[in-house]
Amino acid sequence: MPDSADCAWSRSNDGMVKGEVPVIAAIRKLVVQVDEIRMEMDRAVEPPTRRAVAMAVIHNPFAGRYAEDLAELMTIGEELGALLGAKCVTALGIRPDQAQSYGKAAIVGESGELEHAAAILHPKMGATLRREVGSGAALVPSAKKMGGLGTAIDVPLGHKNAAFVRSHFDAIEARIGDAPRAHEIVVAIAVTDSGRPLPRVGGLKVGEIVGQDGLR
Amino acid sequence: MTEPQRVAVRRVMTHVEDVFHEFGPAPAAPLRRAAAMAVIANPFAGRYEPDIAPFMDELKPLGLDLAQRLLVALDASPGRVMGYGKAAIVGAAGELEHGALWHVPGGYGMREVLGWQEGVASGGATADVTGVTGPAGATGGVGANAQPGNALAIVPSTKKVGAPGATIDVPITHVNASYVRSHLDAIEVRVPGAPAADEVVYILVMSLGPRIHARLGGLRVEQIERWDGQR
Repeated sequence: MPDSADCAWSRSNDGMVKGEVPVIAAIRKLVVQVDEIRMEMDRAVEPPTRRAVAMAVIHNPFAGRYAEDLAELMTIGEELGALLGAKCVTALGIRPDQAQSYGKAAIVGESGELEHAAAILHPKMGATLRREVGSGAALVPSAKKMGGLGTAIDVPLGHKNAAFVRSHFDAIEARIGDAPRAHEIVVAIAVTDSGRPLPRVGGLKVGEIVGQDGLR
Repeated sequence: MTEPQRVAVRRVMTHVEDVFHEFGPAPAAPLRRAAAMAVIANPFAGRYEPDIAPFMDELKPLGLDLAQRLLVALDASPGRVMGYGKAAIVGAAGELEHGALWHVPGGYGMREVLGWQEGVASGGATADVTGVTGPAGATGGVGANAQPGNALAIVPSTKKVGAPGATIDVPITHVNASYVRSHLDAIEVRVPGAPAADEVVYILVMSLGPRIHARLGGLRVEQIERWDGQR
């Protein structure tokens, strides 16, 4: 692989987010998007809903080979939970506790395997992401897939403290035109400061959250 | 069109990317580029409207707003912006000409935010570039060929009629000299779910540097001397 040690994430570059110390992930590209909805069906959305999605294109250290121990990807997931979570909160211009819902996803290039996405997303990413959004009793909903350049993935969203909050069941599309290359993985985290634009299908409301069991 | 159409902004999306490398030697600082995209209701959807030009004036605040959002998203002062571009995607019930409405409010709006002033186009006159710290051109010669202002170059553009989620490649060129080869670039953007048939997506793009591994010679930034927007 042409990119390995020499492209490791620089600690001194412009894109550094305060408090983050990436150690392992070799990041080629970071993309951060904010989607602000002001009108839906000609009705004003007041205040506008705002969803951020932050994506990192990283080198897959296990591309092209089967590895039994995926601990390195788990550590990368831990790093990216903090880095991408902070990127979202910063892009939204909110305090961490103002984050309302979250989600995560990964697209593995064709020289990798689906389990590589699982190693990034599941063992360690949640803990660091929750720190960046102040709390998080609820499961971080996730999606994963294999893909090529420009593959889109719908990152599921759920309320950070109560998974049953129906107004916050949502998703946001993540996609990077030139990634993932075969030996890369696109890792995405989404954070919002709101639910859907015009929620009206009932269910548990934000004001009814108990916030203990992660569900209600 | 009998009276001015209001601009109904339905959605705004910003996109920022930091490119650290593309499998070559990583520069000390990554390349940062950003796009701001507004989804608006197309007031002319579904019919042929002969007189659409007045809508350009209505769009002017949107051009300024998207340009300001870009500076915030880039976390950069106007003087650090080195490349720009613009684009439009018109929904299926509109026509390509509706995309062309963006040229003036988008292009001049962005140039205004970056320090361009009317009447300062080609080399010669020296303009007050107050508010623009460290113009994004050469270090600025003095004398006959002093930089007369900032954002002197035409803003390159693309437009299309497209379906919701359509991508568009937005061309990027240097803000003061279109022929600077290292800054000839493009960025692919899209808004998932937009434009609907009765919508238009208007887009502005800014870049803080050259292509990540630019190495093809040609006119360099420090060689800009005519200040005519081209060289």
